[in-house]
This record gives sequence, structure tokens and C-alpha cells, in this order.
Amino acid sequence: MNSPAIRRAAASGQLTAVVLFLPPALLLFTLFVVLPVGEAAWYSVYNWNGFGRPSNWIGLDNYRYVFETRAFGLALRNNFLIIAVSLAIQLPLAMTLAILLAEKFRGAVALRMLFFLPYVLAEVATGLIFSFVYDGDYGLVAAIWRFFGAEPPHLLASTQTSMLAILIVIVWKYFGFHMMLFIAALQGQDRNLVEAARIDGASRWQALRHVTLPLLYPTIRLSVFFAVVGSLQLFDLVMPLTRGGPADSSQTMVSFLYSHGVMRMRIGYGSAIGVILFLICVTFAATYKRWFMRDD
Amino acid sequence: MTDAAASAPARDLSALYRWLFLLLVAGFVALPLVATLLGGFKSLGELRTNPFGLPTTWEWENYAEIVLSRRYWRMLGNSFAISTMTTFVTLVVASMAAFVFAHLRFFGSRMLLNYFTMGLLFPAATAILPLFIKVRDLGLLDTYFGVVLPQVAFALAMSILLFRRFFRDLPTELLEAALVDGCTYPRFFRFVTLPLSRPILATVGTITFVHSWNAYLMPLVMLNSDSMYPWPLGIMVYQGEFTADWHLILAFITLTILPTFLLFVLAQKHIVAGLTAGAVKG
Repeated sequence: MNSPAIRRAAASGQLTAVVLFLPPALLLFTLFVVLPVGEAAWYSVYNWNGFGRPSNWIGLDNYRYVFETRAFGLALRNNFLIIAVSLAIQLPLAMTLAILLAEKFRGAVALRMLFFLPYVLAEVATGLIFSFVYDGDYGLVAAIWRFFGAEPPHLLASTQTSMLAILIVIVWKYFGFHMMLFIAALQGQDRNLVEAARIDGASRWQALRHVTLPLLYPTIRLSVFFAVVGSLQLFDLVMPLTRGGPADSSQTMVSFLYSHGVMRMRIGYGSAIGVILFLICVTFAATYKRWFMRDD
Repeated sequence: MTDAAASAPARDLSALYRWLFLLLVAGFVALPLVATLLGGFKSLGELRTNPFGLPTTWEWENYAEIVLSRRYWRMLGNSFAISTMTTFVTLVVASMAAFVFAHLRFFGSRMLLNYFTMGLLFPAATAILPLFIKVRDLGLLDTYFGVVLPQVAFALAMSILLFRRFFRDLPTELLEAALVDGCTYPRFFRFVTLPLSRPILATVGTITFVHSWNAYLMPLVMLNSDSMYPWPLGIMVYQGEFTADWHLILAFITLTILPTFLLFVLAQKHIVAGLTAGAVKG
């Protein structure tokens, strides 16, 4: 953009473009994303059932009530459990499968697609499929138990096993997505590096450990990020399986917000939960980006 | 020689283990899906005695009854309407905004972009109650737009970033030449940028459509009459009505995930690329 002719031409259309193109996005985003978050903070200091204007100011009492609710503690614990299982089981599984399936052989692509399929299915459908799998009378688990002559368990109906059952579904549904992230990363890698290491006398395992893995670190960090973010918004899967029960044993942050705030139309209390969730998300995203994803 | 002879069986063995492992995982993934599909063809009694195997008699009427019912098509119709509108509005609004951020520098443009980027940091659930109040006060409760507009708003951050990156990578000579010839920015956007942007339109469109098609929380909060329900809500209602009739519920699940499945098989490359690109480049 050097010559004055270009600059003049550019200036003429610029203002129109800005005035025409930006406002729709700005309006929608402000109205339905930014304002509601601000309003959540505002509503959270009132005792309000949603009718009229909020007038019954109660300070930070809603937050105190949230922290005193047993379900909140359980939800927090469950969200940590989900993250732990994602890191300890899902991530290694996804990475192993990616390493096996990044190579070209008959059936590799078909297996990749099969493993990715659960990620595309709706959470609600997945939850319903597994509420059948776990059903104590008709389910697949019950059939296996009966085959061995044991009394079939009702996994979803017990406070001891409900969360375990959900964790298995989470791995089933999401490992394929993480696998695809790793496959994409592996295919972007320079094959020559591994070959060079092999020629220099490194064993298969050594090449994997010292060449392939270090190159995957950025993807591992990304995968961990999605595991945590996914855990913090998990809701759709929980509803068809347990609705957070029995006795709040399988509540997540969002299902807790739904069952204790939205269902009971306690706007102030529910908004307080929303604000807490918001703070957790933003703090996590900011620190994680600063500490772990600086160089990506 | 001896080395090669010793390692050949070892390699066969490791190949065997690899296949065993892959088949085990494949079984873990496929079994619930296959059992669901087949379960829809069984009678309730057979489902209990034979949940894994092929049905002894294929009960086609389970499926037929649902396919011939009004509610099934109404549900899918609602989902299709909501997802199509969400995708269309997102594509139009996000691409226009991204065009400005890609090509124009003005006072506060950087700040405005950061403003949109904030939307990546938290899920819609955090503000679901104020959103409900807002949609109610706008009179949009129980309408398609009550679901569409918030969904678009929450899809904007990611979509704008993806579009902007793509637009910036288009050759700048195009824009300069067009400006010299007296073309305006809006016309350039409409007649040069958009036609060149098919791949990114497909990517963003796929992400938005799949998310909207599968969405549960937003319609759950914003809609309250059965006739407006998209399929994830409709299927929960159906399950509530037929609690223990698992053979019917399984047929219903199969039929509702069928469109997703077909789309996935037909456009798997786009879907995988779209969903992972959105994740990686966001």
C-alpha cells in the first residue's frame, strides 16, 4: 500500500466495511455472551426467583450456600476424577493407538474411523446407549455377570459405582478425538528423524522414547488442555445416565448448576455456581496458556 | 544371519500382540453400538436372554413404527431447522467480522479481536441462567431463534479466529490489485474472498453444524413444548415414556443417530479435519 492512489481507494471503502461488517458479530457476542456473564455476577448477590427485578440483596450469601452444599463438593471431586482418568488412562491409550495407527497398513484407516465415531455421536445418544449397557435387567453388563452365574449389579443406581460407570463412558467417547490429535501430529513429523536414529543403532523403543515422544509434547499439552476443559463442561452425558444421582454421587459442575439452579429456578444461587465455574475456567485457561503453552 | 532368524518370530509375536490390542479396543468401541442396532430388532423377552447375538426373529415393526410416526420426523425437522439456521448465521456473521480483522487496521481493532477471543475461555453453561432471563425478556422463549442466537454467539469466537487466519493467508496482491481497480472492500469480500474460501467455510460449517445438531443444554433451557424439541430432547422424552421397553428405545436411538452416522461415513475426511482443525488451531 504505497502509492497515494491505492491509499485513497482503500480509505473510501474501509469505513463502509467496518460499519457494515462488524456490528452483527459485536451485537450478538455482547448480548448473548458478555452481558450474561456480567449479569451472572450481578444476579449472584440477590435472592431471586426470576420474576420482577432482583431486589432482595443478600451479599455473598449465595456463594456461602454453594460452598456449604454437599453436592458442590461431590461435583468438584468428580470433575477432578474425570481429569485424573483422562490423564492416567485416556491419554496413554490415545497415544498408543495413534502410534500404532499412524503407520500405513490394511485396516488402519477403518480402525481410525471406528475409534473416532463415538466422538461424533451426540452425548445424549451415547448416554442412552450406555444406560442400556449398564441396565441391571436387560443390559450387556448384566448378561455377562449372569453368564458367570453372578447377581447382576445395578451400576448406575449405586452411589459407589455411578461415577465409575460414567468414567468408562467418557473414555469410550473421547479417546478417539485425542487419538486423532496425536495421529495428525505424528503425520506432520519428519520420518527421517526416526530413520536416522534407527540407522545410528537406536532400537525401536529408544527411537520412540527419545525421538517421537519429545516431538509429541506440544500435542500432549493440547490434549491435556482439552481433557480439563471438557471435564469442566461435561453435562449432556450425565443426564441420560444418572442425572447426577443417586444422592448427587455423579454430579459434575454443570449438572450441579442445572439440577440445583436451573431446575429449581433459583437464579441467584445458580448464577453464583456459574460465576464460580467461570472463574475456574478462566483461571485455568490463563495459567495453563502461560505456563505450558508459551512456545506453541 | 542368526540375528535376523531370531528376530523374525519375535516380530511376528509383536505384530500378533498389536492386532490383539487393536481388536480388543475395536470390540470395546463397537460392541455397544452393534448391540444397540441389533437390540432394536428383538422382542423385549429376547433382549433379556440374548442381548449380544443376532435376533432369532427380526422384529421389523419396532423400527417401522418409529419411522412412520410423526414425532420422529418432527424431531429431526426441528433439529435440522435449528442447526441449519445456526450454521448459516454463524458463517455469515463470523466471516464478515473476520474479514475486517484480517484486512483492516483501525483504532481499537486489536482490542476488539481480543474481546471476541474471550469467548473461547468459558462454556455457555456458566451464563445459562442470565441467558434464559434474557431470551425470555426478548420474547424468544420456545422459538427456534431463542436457541439459534445464543448458539451463534458462543460459536463466534472460534469461527472468527479460523476465518481470520484463512483470510490472512490469501495472497495480498489480490486485494491491492482490486483496490487499484476501484473495487470496494464489501464487493471484494463478496466476489473474491468468499469464492476462494470454500475449504474454511466447510470446516467452520461442519464444526458448527455438528455441535448444534448434538446440542442438549441450550434447547433444554430455552424450549418447553414437545413440538419444538430437537432430537436430543425428544429422545429423552421418548425414553421417559417407554422406560423399560428397551427394544423400542434401542430402535429409536439407532434411528436418531442414523443421520449422524450417514453424514460421518459420507464426509468423514471433512468431519475429522474440521473437528480436529477447530481444536488445534483455536
